[in-house]
Amino acid sequence: MHIGAADLAELIALCRSEIDRNCAHLSDLDSAIGDGDHGANMRRGLEAVFAEREAIAALALPDALERIGTILVMNIGGAAGPLYGTLAMELGRAMSERGGAPDFAASLERAIAAVARRGRSGPGDKTLLDVLYPVQVEVLRRSAPARVAECAQSAAQSTQAMQARRGRAAYLGARSIGHEDPGASSCALLTATICRYLREHDAP
Amino acid sequence: MTARIADSPRAGNVGIVIVSHSPLVARGAADMVRQMVGDCVPLAWTGGNVEGGLGTHVAGIKSAIEAAWSEAGVAVFVDLGGAETNSEAAVEMLGPARAGKVSICNAPLVEGAVIAAAEASGGSPLAKVVATAEELSP
Repeated sequence: MHIGAADLAELIALCRSEIDRNCAHLSDLDSAIGDGDHGANMRRGLEAVFAEREAIAALALPDALERIGTILVMNIGGAAGPLYGTLAMELGRAMSERGGAPDFAASLERAIAAVARRGRSGPGDKTLLDVLYPVQVEVLRRSAPARVAECAQSAAQSTQAMQARRGRAAYLGARSIGHEDPGASSCALLTATICRYLREHDAP
Repeated sequence: MTARIADSPRAGNVGIVIVSHSPLVARGAADMVRQMVGDCVPLAWTGGNVEGGLGTHVAGIKSAIEAAWSEAGVAVFVDLGGAETNSEAAVEMLGPARAGKVSICNAPLVEGAVIAAAEASGGSPLAKVVATAEELSP
């Protein structure tokens, strides 16, 4: 579907309220294996994007994504800021280079590769990449939004069984097993929120 | 919180930036550097998230790098993961010309900053300052 200004403003509002609703849960997950601030950090980032949503929604989608990325980098803090920021900025850059007929799947692939470079991580490290990679596969298959959301949520749950190899959770070694990764969790929440909107608004 | 410690009369030397999740740690490490080298090197520190709690943030790190700027380059010392990732993002925001003159060091925060500052105070180039600090990491 074409994402217009009204869609974008609404998506920003929905993502912000989903993170706000789950703020304590994300911080609890982070307390178990990290420093306990992921919920508060994500909320700060989404609040900052929400505060600028009208100006952002007036931009073309690639420019809007770049702007969102910059705001996230500057406001989330922690390791998540540069990771989510890179995802949005690179997605925007990739889409704008592709001009009139943006190939979303290819752009997403490039953006996820940039996140992996930024975090120097790969699959199975117990990070948000463990949600992004399976989502990328579903997007490439042109799966229905409901299927993509389901995949994101089960991918986040699968990080429970993983041992962290990046971030502060890696210091816990095997004790990081049994806890869902907070970054994977926030990533699944945001993915599911966006997919729900696409499903309700006539997605392919 | 970000602070430049003192104006340097030797701005030709490599600058030192200290980035910690804790403003107290960052400031304390900077004090130790200053005790070692006086005001011979440009020095700045930043610590804490935007709300002043434990954490790091890109804008603060970027300001600290700018405060300790030297055309000879800047060596950045970080504590835990987010400090490094946020420092990388801050360096990118300086633009390619300045970013090429900044190194994020793989060295312990306190010892690395002190030994790097000692090296920088003698007028060593950035690569040498960084290499000396990184010898501390096995």
